[in-house]
Amino acid sequence: MAQEELQLHEGLEATCWELLQQVTDPEIPVISMVEMGMIHKVRVEADVVHVEVLPTFVGCPALEIMKRNITEKLVEAEGINQVQVTFVYDPAWTSDRIALDARDKLKSFGIAPPPLDFKPGDTWEVACPYCDSPYTRMENLFGPAACRSILYCRHCKNPFEALKPIY
Amino acid sequence: MGDRLHVETVEAAKQNPAFAKALTDLLFQLADDDFLLAYRGSEWLGLAPHIEEDVAFSSMSQDMMGHAVMFYEMLEQLGVGKADDLAQLREAKAFSNAILVERKNGEGEYNDHPHYDWAYAIVRSYVYGLYKQVRLEALTQSSYAPLALVSRKMMTEHRYHLMHWQVWLKQLANSTPDARQRLVAAIAEVWKDAGELPHLGPNQLDIVQFGLIAEEEQLKQKWLTLTKDIFEKAGLDWPGEPGVPQESGRHGEHTADLVQALATLSEVYRIDPAAGW
Repeated sequence: MAQEELQLHEGLEATCWELLQQVTDPEIPVISMVEMGMIHKVRVEADVVHVEVLPTFVGCPALEIMKRNITEKLVEAEGINQVQVTFVYDPAWTSDRIALDARDKLKSFGIAPPPLDFKPGDTWEVACPYCDSPYTRMENLFGPAACRSILYCRHCKNPFEALKPIY
Repeated sequence: MGDRLHVETVEAAKQNPAFAKALTDLLFQLADDDFLLAYRGSEWLGLAPHIEEDVAFSSMSQDMMGHAVMFYEMLEQLGVGKADDLAQLREAKAFSNAILVERKNGEGEYNDHPHYDWAYAIVRSYVYGLYKQVRLEALTQSSYAPLALVSRKMMTEHRYHLMHWQVWLKQLANSTPDARQRLVAAIAEVWKDAGELPHLGPNQLDIVQFGLIAEEEQLKQKWLTLTKDIFEKAGLDWPGEPGVPQESGRHGEHTADLVQALATLSEVYRIDPAAGW
């Protein structure tokens, strides 16, 4: 490939990554799919961009919506005519892929972020996203989405959700 | 033993017809098991003991349905047929799920006096879930790379299902005499069918020799050891060697319950094949 063409592709790929920052998780509008660590690869070939996405949950009903949102956003880029989104499982998505600075955004939305470096056998302790109190109680391991649980803070008396550690 | 077989892509799998056949047979078992039990789980919607359980059970059924979709899509890539058609248009005798997962939830029908058995739901889901855990672990070593990858991913979700059923089992086992009695009765009922779970069907030799999954006996022993430990910790008597049903689901022999399930779940698709599901 000619040097010039290569640079053009790299430029387009960078543009795509910037645009993807604007595609939010359909169920958590404060955080982008890039911040969620769900975008694995972006590759431009001629006027086609291939995006590899790591699903958080295999049966997540929002996957098709994500695909559509990514496609609609990336065709905005000049020089892109076609978007191909594929879901891949290597590497597997884990909750440690969530960007560190996005964890505070989750809290601002009332969702406790998953613990870092969680390992099999660890106890899942969740602090309240509103008051940081550790005095919380698990109400339901399964919440409105498969990736979230419902908890209650015994300190500030707020119900809240927590993202499950996926490891 | 020669070099371990390692098949990276669906194209490579298709080049070896015997391998592709063994893989297809195994994928149908995996897909049909998850599909039918997810369907039975979804039939509890609105009927579970409390609203939190409704949310949890639907969530787990949705996960499991998602796993079935993955397996059906792998079959589609192998050229066996369209994933939606494989799930919804096959006749009962083409299904290779274990009988345990097709059994009705209890007396009555979803829309007509559903006197479902909650203890049976817990024990069936948990016993199947424990087997599924062992099976997924074995599949992470599968010679078919795409299958090993999705199994690894499914395990991250599946562990939460096991945690959930564990809570129910422990609580009912240590609850009122009535709860315990129902739980023990449900174990006996599930145990009549459970022994079929590790069966790999008529093509088991090829399935194992191609390194797609570990052999039946190994899967069975791991699963029984795991289950025994959990029963013991909950203070429940060990029911002994699990039975196998009269029909052999892995060989395409099924009960009328499967026919009913397929008729209900495919009703919309048969009316409107363009509908999404």
